[in-house]
Amino acid sequence: MKFALTTTALALILAAPALADIKIGATISETGPASFLGDPEAKTLKLLVEEINAAGGVNGEKLELVIYDDGGDPNKARTFATRLVEDDEVVAVIGGTTTGTSMAIIPVFEDAEVPFISLAGAIEIIDPVKPYTFKTPHTDRMACAKIFEDMKKNAITKIGMISGSDGFGASMHKQCLSIVGDYGIEVLADETYGPTDADMTPQLTNIKGKEGIQAVLNPGFGQGPAIVTRNYAQLAVGLPLYQSHGVASDGFIELAGAEAAEGVRLPGTALLVAKLLPESDPQRAVVTAYKDAYEKATGKPVSTFGGYAHDALRILVDAITRAGSAEPSDIRDAIEATKGLVGTTGTVTMTAEDHLGLDLSAFRMLQIEKGGWKIVE
Amino acid sequence: MRLSSKVTTLLILAAVIAIAPVFFPSSYYFRVGSLIFVNGLAVTGLVILIGYAGQISLGHAGFAGIGAYACALAPVHLGLHPALAALLGALLSAAIAYLVGRPILRLKGYYLAVASLGFGILVSMVLSNEAQLTGGPDGMAVPELGLRAVLKAIGIDLSNTEFWYAFSGLVLVIGAWLALNLYHSPTGRALRALHGSEVAARTVGVDVAHYKLVAFVISAVYASVSGSLLALQNKFITPDVAGFMHSIEMVTMTVLGGAGSVLGAILGAAILTTLPQVLTIFQEYEQLMLGLVMMLVMIFMREGLLPSIARRIRGRAE
Repeated sequence: MKFALTTTALALILAAPALADIKIGATISETGPASFLGDPEAKTLKLLVEEINAAGGVNGEKLELVIYDDGGDPNKARTFATRLVEDDEVVAVIGGTTTGTSMAIIPVFEDAEVPFISLAGAIEIIDPVKPYTFKTPHTDRMACAKIFEDMKKNAITKIGMISGSDGFGASMHKQCLSIVGDYGIEVLADETYGPTDADMTPQLTNIKGKEGIQAVLNPGFGQGPAIVTRNYAQLAVGLPLYQSHGVASDGFIELAGAEAAEGVRLPGTALLVAKLLPESDPQRAVVTAYKDAYEKATGKPVSTFGGYAHDALRILVDAITRAGSAEPSDIRDAIEATKGLVGTTGTVTMTAEDHLGLDLSAFRMLQIEKGGWKIVE
Repeated sequence: MRLSSKVTTLLILAAVIAIAPVFFPSSYYFRVGSLIFVNGLAVTGLVILIGYAGQISLGHAGFAGIGAYACALAPVHLGLHPALAALLGALLSAAIAYLVGRPILRLKGYYLAVASLGFGILVSMVLSNEAQLTGGPDGMAVPELGLRAVLKAIGIDLSNTEFWYAFSGLVLVIGAWLALNLYHSPTGRALRALHGSEVAARTVGVDVAHYKLVAFVISAVYASVSGSLLALQNKFITPDVAGFMHSIEMVTMTVLGGAGSVLGAILGAAILTTLPQVLTIFQEYEQLMLGLVMMLVMIFMREGLLPSIARRIRGRAE
């Protein structure tokens, strides 16, 4: 009898669901070559989930975050995605730090009909639109458009390009070339460099030697653009230098040196210049709150990439709240109906045709001045 | 009646593959299982190269990359069915292995390892840099194999993960069967002879260069098919498949389980494929743990896990 009671009790304990928590998943590249993206993303998710739970959770239920580190390997990410959907039975997933990992795991979520918010840049993730796939970072094409708009404003019509041959550089290079004609701008020189190259003087000398170039654009990521900036100053090219959103961080100024980086322009997010935003800016409150919380919790400066994760979680929580349900299909519908949600990258308004929901106003044109940032608009 | 070791190995393998699903709590385990089989296939090829012929290659992920990208590119550019594309990939891998193998198999020991390493890195660089063709580091989509739909039409309805578990399991059993047959064939004996001593093998009339090349080409085909299976299963492929780390992983799996034994090497693949899943909380220390396991095996079980354990059990029984 006693045995029967114990086993029944045990069976009950095992059978009872761990309360009615809302389980959300994430597969992030915390380690590996993309860790400088994934690390702040993972920290942000953990921090925000804690914050949300401390404030009473979502619809009165606590959030439970299941997070895996895929190390930037698409095959591993795919396995973790399957695990999140099949084994952990999460209601939605955030992640895919890189375009490669995101593209590799999209089929898993589309098959299982679980909403997925990617943190990677490429436009292919949401174009063509897939019902269950969303993303938060602006696309490379938008960064190109923002830069070309600024060039047009400054009457620049002939440029040289020097691009990294890594995933980011190659993708942005392609996107920029595809829209450059719309702005009446001509690319007179088109150079590339490898992701680990230590000197870009030859390529820049070529560009400098080309007649009629009015500005240089460097789509790139990591240390490459910093080296380009330094070489550019050493060669005294003397033309405006545009960098991409890929290096919109304080680390870039440090790496390139304030002197060489003086006058460099790039499109960045509001998060980077949180303290410089005017009081009237709708994003000011959101980015300042996130920046302060992140820097207090981790002791490290906030990064744009963590901001992507911040926005993804906010969109998700907002959707679950509005749906009043934690059913994956209800969450999907609610995410698609996201309207006027202010995030760190911009104000998000999704539609059935637009699973990104950002416009060009999400970017601020920034200029580096005396080792700091200045908004130029 | 005493079963030959070949039949025993195949029976054990088939039985484990068939019975394991009974214990799977969710279909995620089918995914892990199918990854084990895909890795197991590549590793079986390496058993032929490392275990039988005693040659080291640190570039076999390059062939996996060729097989994988064949499945992605041939259907788009040549209009081939993905299954034929996998076949084309295998043929291409064999041809490249033949061309590359002829000069580099003249090298011995470390030099061979380094030359093959260079080949693997070359393939992964081509896949990364020819972005207009391969999609670059961001990868590209792979079309559906379509076999699952055929099975569904005749009344066998499998989920995606279940199908790939069964299919790659089947391919692995076939691969293991071929490898075991080779072991007992004249070619297998020649390979083992040159493993023991190249000079002695040459003395008794074994064409050493030829047989080394045979082993290299066969193992390249195994790696290529494993890459194709991975690509078709994931329906998306990035140059990581041809990456240096993947080559190292393959060799580690082979050596860990026991390079001389097909079943041992597959066990090695099983352990190293499951380990990162079990150790998700130690992700940062994964490489460290792998290194430690590897060192311990090398010091205490020089033949690899399975042969060492089997010997110990047999020793106790006698």
